[in-house]
Amino acid sequence: MTYNINNKGYYGEFGGAYIPEMLYPNVEELRQNYLKVMAEPEFQEEFNALLKDYVGRPSPLYFAKRLSVKYNTKIYLKREDLNHTGAHKINNTVGQILMAKRLGKNRIIAETGAGQHGVATATVCALMGLECIVYMGEIDIARQAPNVARMKMLGATVIPALSGSRTLKDATNEAIRDWINNPVDTHYIIGSVVGPHPYPDMVARFQAIVSEEIQWQLKEKEGTTKPDYVVACVGGGSNAAGAFYHFLEDTEVKLIAVEAAGKGVHSGESAATSILGKEGIIHGSKTLLMQTPDGQITEPYSISAGLDYPGVGPMHAHLYKSGRAEFVAITDDDAMTAGLELCKMEGIIPAIESSHALAVFEHKKFKSSDIVVVSLSGRGDKDLETYIQHFGL
Amino acid sequence: MNRINKKLKEDKKLLSIYFTAGYPDINDTVGIIESLEKNGVDMIEIGLPFSDPLADGPTIQASSTKALKNGMTTEVLFDQLKDVRKTVSIPLLIMGYFNPILQYGVEAFCKKCAEVGIDGLIIPDLPVDVYNEQYKSIFERHGIINVFLITPQTSEERIRFIDSISKGFIYMVSSASVTGSNSGFGDVQTDYFERIYQMKLKNPQVIGFGISDYKSFSQATQYAKGAIIGSAFVKHLTTKGSDDTQHFISSLLQPQE
Ligand SMILES: Cc1ncc(COP(=O)(O)O)c(C=O)c1O
Repeated sequence: MTYNINNKGYYGEFGGAYIPEMLYPNVEELRQNYLKVMAEPEFQEEFNALLKDYVGRPSPLYFAKRLSVKYNTKIYLKREDLNHTGAHKINNTVGQILMAKRLGKNRIIAETGAGQHGVATATVCALMGLECIVYMGEIDIARQAPNVARMKMLGATVIPALSGSRTLKDATNEAIRDWINNPVDTHYIIGSVVGPHPYPDMVARFQAIVSEEIQWQLKEKEGTTKPDYVVACVGGGSNAAGAFYHFLEDTEVKLIAVEAAGKGVHSGESAATSILGKEGIIHGSKTLLMQTPDGQITEPYSISAGLDYPGVGPMHAHLYKSGRAEFVAITDDDAMTAGLELCKMEGIIPAIESSHALAVFEHKKFKSSDIVVVSLSGRGDKDLETYIQHFGL
Repeated sequence: MNRINKKLKEDKKLLSIYFTAGYPDINDTVGIIESLEKNGVDMIEIGLPFSDPLADGPTIQASSTKALKNGMTTEVLFDQLKDVRKTVSIPLLIMGYFNPILQYGVEAFCKKCAEVGIDGLIIPDLPVDVYNEQYKSIFERHGIINVFLITPQTSEERIRFIDSISKGFIYMVSSASVTGSNSGFGDVQTDYFERIYQMKLKNPQVIGFGISDYKSFSQATQYAKGAIIGSAFVKHLTTKGSDDTQHFISSLLQPQE
């Protein structure tokens, strides 16, 4: 069994490109070119130089000493929160903006949930001098105001998505509609390992730098390239895809994907897609998604805008179905508590998305000899308002 | 012979109308179909509403949301249509996104279509290659025609391929856009219509998206066998309700003074 993508664009039975014909030329152009472009030495050079000097990579692999003592295991944090713009999202947008330039596109569109991907996209557009339009659900615009301001300062136009639940799913719909309306000059920078093939694979490859670094950093610190566990939160699944990537085929490394349970998996207000979802099609991909028996996509809920998505990338659907990864669902409350604990014990304010991954230690017991790497996908600046409200700070 | 093929053989330009099932009211579906036929419409696309219609603009999005709120489901639609062939004889197609059909089961869906007298399906997000590899035999077994889309950006090679596997008509999307934008047809569109006309495809073409009135209908049907009007009719249903299709249809077929 392989856990990577096959030559038809599927992970097991998940993936593919279920797109209207209007999108076919753009998606096909990307499919035919992405591997070729990514393999070009000049592309690699430019990508790596930007990751180093602009993003600030490698991001540290930090041994969280006090947390390790408390949970009696060896906890390492992969510090994607220290990247420029504050999350792993920038790894992907740097890659995709270079791709867009190679494909001759001069107009960039993106969707965003928490606003991290929107900011990361607006940032690279400013860097390259390209027009940038970001679709964002009206609800998310309200709960992630600082990021909306950032995008505007960076020169992007933020367009509210007013349909459906007015969150990430609907922002994605609007971005796809924009792409249908602008079929020639526009590249759509998707923010996660979702969407039609080749997006999930392309985004995973751009994020794969995370696990590549984990390997050599761990070698330096522990004398092994292999952690016992890699833990990451999953919205669409891009930080998890990056953290898992180089370990996918090595089953000695156990993978834990943490989803948002919201107010409880069966509360009716949840985003725990693997448990609540069924096979179906969302945003051009066959994957697991939350839906009614009639096939209507349902509105997810999570306190974290970045995890508030009714689907999951096809790679993760396959990791779930095949049992390669363990899926854990963490409630709003448990995530918030774990986030505050990291503040108090390690002096790091995490994004609420990442706090879900950190909550794994209250949920699951690890051995004292286990090396557990947690993807700290982003920093909590954007979430201060939510933390303050939640804890009455 | 399938009703669609029979209709396409008629020596006239075809007027096809799209509307969303269960809109404005849940029980409007069959009444609208009957009055469309009575007023001279040649073919009908019944929209199976979906929560996330990617290829649709605000008008059809809003009608879909309302129809779902009204309680429309795949099951309800088939139930409403169970006696439609007692009163209606023009070709009927269902236009819907793939996920609801996948959940119903593609085979069960096609079987049910055949039972109630649906002649064809238009599924914008079911790609041609997936249809060809996985579902073609199911559709054919039940005598259901699957209609594919082409756009101004579709390559000639791909148009030829789509023509080769089509069994009814080709749905020509008029311009690069979601449904409901009616900026009228300029040179870009008419050049595209002309280009496709000159390809002399095996299947007749029916043009849709952005057709809203007599003028755009006549322009489109200069080049194609027929044209499909969707958002403009849905808008009419929104403002005038379901009892007044006659005026809308006659305004399409005759120049307005
Ligand atoms: C900090 C952070 N982590 C995680 C996510 C979830 O996305 P993904 O599952 O693609 O990593 C987001 C999305 O906005 C985010 O901002």
